[in-house]
Amino acid sequence: MGEITMAQALNRAIDEAMAEDSGVFCLGEDVGAKQGGGVFKVTAGLTEKYGEHRIRATPISETAIVGAAVGAALAGQRPIAEIMLMNFVGVCMDQIVNHAAKLRFMSGGQTNVPLVIRTTTGVGVGFGGQHSDMLEAWFAHVAGLHVVTPSNAADAQGLMRASIDCNDPVIFIENILCYGLKSQDPGPGYRVPLGKAAVAREGSDISVITYGRTVLDALAVASELANEGISVEVIDLRSIAPYDEETVLASVRKTGRALTLHEAVRPFGTGAEIAANIQEKCWDSLKGPVRRIGGTFSPVPFASVLEQAWIPNKQQIVDQIKASMGRG
Amino acid sequence: MADIDRDTLLDIYTRTMKVNRTDEKFRSLLMQGKVAVMYYCVRGQELVSAAAMTALRDEDYVVCTYRGQGEQTAKGIPAEKWWAECLGKVTGTCKGKGGTMHITHPEKGIMVTTGVVGSGLPIANGLAMASQNTGDGKVTMVSFGDGAANIGAFHEALNMAQLYKLPVVFLCQNNRYGEHTAFADHTQSESIYGRAAGYGMKGVRVDGNDVFAMYHAAKDAVDRARAGEGPTLIEAMCYRMMGHFFGADFSYMPKEHLAEMQREDPLPKLRAVMLEHQFTEVELDAIVAGIDAEIDEAVAKALAADPPGPEELQIDVFEKVPA
Repeated sequence: MGEITMAQALNRAIDEAMAEDSGVFCLGEDVGAKQGGGVFKVTAGLTEKYGEHRIRATPISETAIVGAAVGAALAGQRPIAEIMLMNFVGVCMDQIVNHAAKLRFMSGGQTNVPLVIRTTTGVGVGFGGQHSDMLEAWFAHVAGLHVVTPSNAADAQGLMRASIDCNDPVIFIENILCYGLKSQDPGPGYRVPLGKAAVAREGSDISVITYGRTVLDALAVASELANEGISVEVIDLRSIAPYDEETVLASVRKTGRALTLHEAVRPFGTGAEIAANIQEKCWDSLKGPVRRIGGTFSPVPFASVLEQAWIPNKQQIVDQIKASMGRG
Repeated sequence: MADIDRDTLLDIYTRTMKVNRTDEKFRSLLMQGKVAVMYYCVRGQELVSAAAMTALRDEDYVVCTYRGQGEQTAKGIPAEKWWAECLGKVTGTCKGKGGTMHITHPEKGIMVTTGVVGSGLPIANGLAMASQNTGDGKVTMVSFGDGAANIGAFHEALNMAQLYKLPVVFLCQNNRYGEHTAFADHTQSESIYGRAAGYGMKGVRVDGNDVFAMYHAAKDAVDRARAGEGPTLIEAMCYRMMGHFFGADFSYMPKEHLAEMQREDPLPKLRAVMLEHQFTEVELDAIVAGIDAEIDEAVAKALAADPPGPEELQIDVFEKVPA
């Protein structure tokens, strides 16, 4: 089998799910054929196959989009709602936090909300402050939501299928800079279970716990440092919430050192939660404090030079790893 | 206004009195200090809910608000389960995890009761979208107050519903107050129903204290929705005869207006209609007595029932319960 891009992988996962289950449908701004199949072409070609009732191009109404997805999910369908850019989730937080996340609990399990909210974001494309934030910590903080983000095309396909299968709401974050990434084609029907991390590279000196686009940086740094005799283990969480605590803790117990890494701003980020958990549960194995890398605590800037300064870079990762090893 | 057949009239009367007696009982328990929970009184709005629910079929969907006792009771949630939920008991519809503001009972189509003003409208669209997608023939009705007409979700939902011609009915119960703010102090347009025109939607205003007007408005809207003719916005004019929630100060409601609205009380009006239709005092009183007995039994059982156990904190968060 050949290679597949992340955008193609997502399209295939949705296509397969729609073919197998007539309850699966998509809704969102510009997702239809008339609009070109989505800004990033993830739903391209699907209207032609499944019709306008199953690929519903919506008005610019984020609350109505997610609300409709919640309602349809309550009625037993499996909607895939697209919020074009992650910052716009602010417009529909009531539907996500007060309704999607809580209806199973508040109904005592009588109803559930099997919906996927696809959204896209990412630093490095010059979109500036209102189109670039990674807001996964907002959702990870709400009981009842799964938060998922792939770092490669094969995982994107597998995680999307698993998200559509899931009987709970899933926030599915796609990094714009990853759409063009190619993976070995995993073939049809491929699934990656939610809540299961991948050991993206094995190592013995330090565990770097990360997800999304920064996995690529971590892997690049791990290759570089191998030449200097430092063995870095890279954990790709894939599911940010609930996350695979078992794999993370096992890795840290093995290496004795940990670094959390994400594109979102550092304060109150998911890295802080993971770091705190590691320190509580692996204290006896740790050779030093758990370190954290995240974006600068400011809005994402526009000017390219500022944007590049904002985002965690490979040098920071190298420096933190070396400091952790006492080789700074 | 066209008449209503005797069976339907009796159905509406029975549902109206269920709503009213439930409301009276709740306030009585609260006043006696026998229970201490949030309760949003529906006195004055009983007929709107009862007539609207009568226009629906059992399997149709309803989305309502924290002031949803009327829809919930009139749509047919069993009294025992309803009371147990309101008192936070494990025997309640939601195992005591929803409470008065979050009652769900899919068996009778009560899919969501939301505590967030206006948030039910987009969800109702989704339920209706599912019916449109699957062709199951169900209609969704969403009830909300006049205050809800001013949140963004109202406008987004109306536009989307009309765009897709969804089988949904938007039922605005204009009880003249959004929390503690009078209609004229929160809305400059003279009506809510008039806003439907802005979305190309059919809008109607009815006297929610008139059983004929209210039932026919609801029935027409439900029939249109079921026939694939799209949504309707109904503005049912009624009056919230008490404060925002039980125990809340309502001195801001002018006494003269309250007195005027009490003369419009839907209950004596409905009773008069029933008598005009040859139902007897004895028959009508017997219906109320039967309802009271059912409620008393339900309350006694609810008071005696167990609260949910602490293990419930981990259950229903996700489908999978953590090991």
